[in-house]
Amino acid sequence: MYAQMVESEASNDDPDKLAEFQARIDADIKIEPKDWMPQAYRKTLIRQIGQHAHSEIVGQLPEGNWITRAPTLERKAILLAKVQDEAGHGLYLYCAAETLGVSRDEITEMLLDGRMKYSSIFNYPTLNWADIGAVGWLVDGAAIMNQVPLQRTSFGPYSRAMIRICKEESFHQRQGYDAIRKMAEGTPEQRKMAQDAMNRLWYPSLMMFGPSDKDSVHSAQSMAWKIKINTNDELRQKFVDQTVPQAEYLGLTIPDPDLRWNEERGHYDYTDPDWSEFFDVIKGNGPCNVDRLAARNKAWDDGKWVRDGLLAHARKKQAGNLAAE
Amino acid sequence: MNTEWPLWEIFIRGQHGMSHRHVGSLHAPDAEMAIKNARDVYTRRNEGVSIWVVEANNISASSPSDKGPLYEPSESKVYRHPTFFDIPDEVGAM
Repeated sequence: MYAQMVESEASNDDPDKLAEFQARIDADIKIEPKDWMPQAYRKTLIRQIGQHAHSEIVGQLPEGNWITRAPTLERKAILLAKVQDEAGHGLYLYCAAETLGVSRDEITEMLLDGRMKYSSIFNYPTLNWADIGAVGWLVDGAAIMNQVPLQRTSFGPYSRAMIRICKEESFHQRQGYDAIRKMAEGTPEQRKMAQDAMNRLWYPSLMMFGPSDKDSVHSAQSMAWKIKINTNDELRQKFVDQTVPQAEYLGLTIPDPDLRWNEERGHYDYTDPDWSEFFDVIKGNGPCNVDRLAARNKAWDDGKWVRDGLLAHARKKQAGNLAAE
Repeated sequence: MNTEWPLWEIFIRGQHGMSHRHVGSLHAPDAEMAIKNARDVYTRRNEGVSIWVVEANNISASSPSDKGPLYEPSESKVYRHPTFFDIPDEVGAM
């Protein structure tokens, strides 16, 4: 969901090796970087972990936008810590991707020139402080839904990154809920802002889980390989079921007139997001796609002299040490 | 010339006297910066009191295909485990 619509690849590896590989996965034995793996498993994972990492990094932008304008010093410190965590999560994931043979620069450049995607959610703006609460509560809440099962994914480095991330992610959701609760329990104007944030971010949050199962063409192979654990619709349903009571507690209305408890299914019935909007955002036409990529490119270009300078310094020092020996 | 910072493997010792443990990796231009970055990336919640950094290309690892020959000898020596031996109940805890 931080990785949406990851294309899987066809395998044309030796059938015996493939069967042995699948048997290891079925037996819940982790695949490690130096183990044999099908080319398609490697490529699909690079794409999926890369997309996940990029989402963590780009995800800093909508929240970083509000650090300087947080309403109190405490909220500012909390948001700063949260955004710093997102950078950390991106780094854990980039390292996991690199164990598959892609270099950090390569994968970064693929984000910067648009060859790789990040989650559609970060192409929506954060217009005011209520949005920051809603992002933590809904967006991180949706992320957790997907990340908890991924702790059991078959690729060792990915699984270990996920375990670290999940340990920290609960803080993100709780600080968001706490921030929006403050507003929902505040003045009529604050209440209105909280409801407005909910109205705008509800459907984009549901989109995070990717297209509906009937349109999700890449799932079967990824699920057999245990790099995807649940289907998109399963996770979306779980998210809706979890979130409705949380919204009720706040007295906020979920912007879906058809949302109701279905006794027979034991789940809430809900309206799917507008999938044409989703595909449009994925294609690059969301409200913030251009800004997000421009900000990442600027950061990369502006940082070049620092990266080069530190490397030149390190090489010079190393040469000096060798000469002294 | 390759301008990517080298990769470092990060090992951290927690508070309670355990050994350093591998926690992940990161890129840095040199060891000093690797330690500073490791502080930010891997110890944001009091995870450690000591950091080791090792440039990744200095690590040699066993090969997965050696698994059999490397570990088979220990599999056949069950008597190395204390539970191999029956100690009569009357003797008490041992």
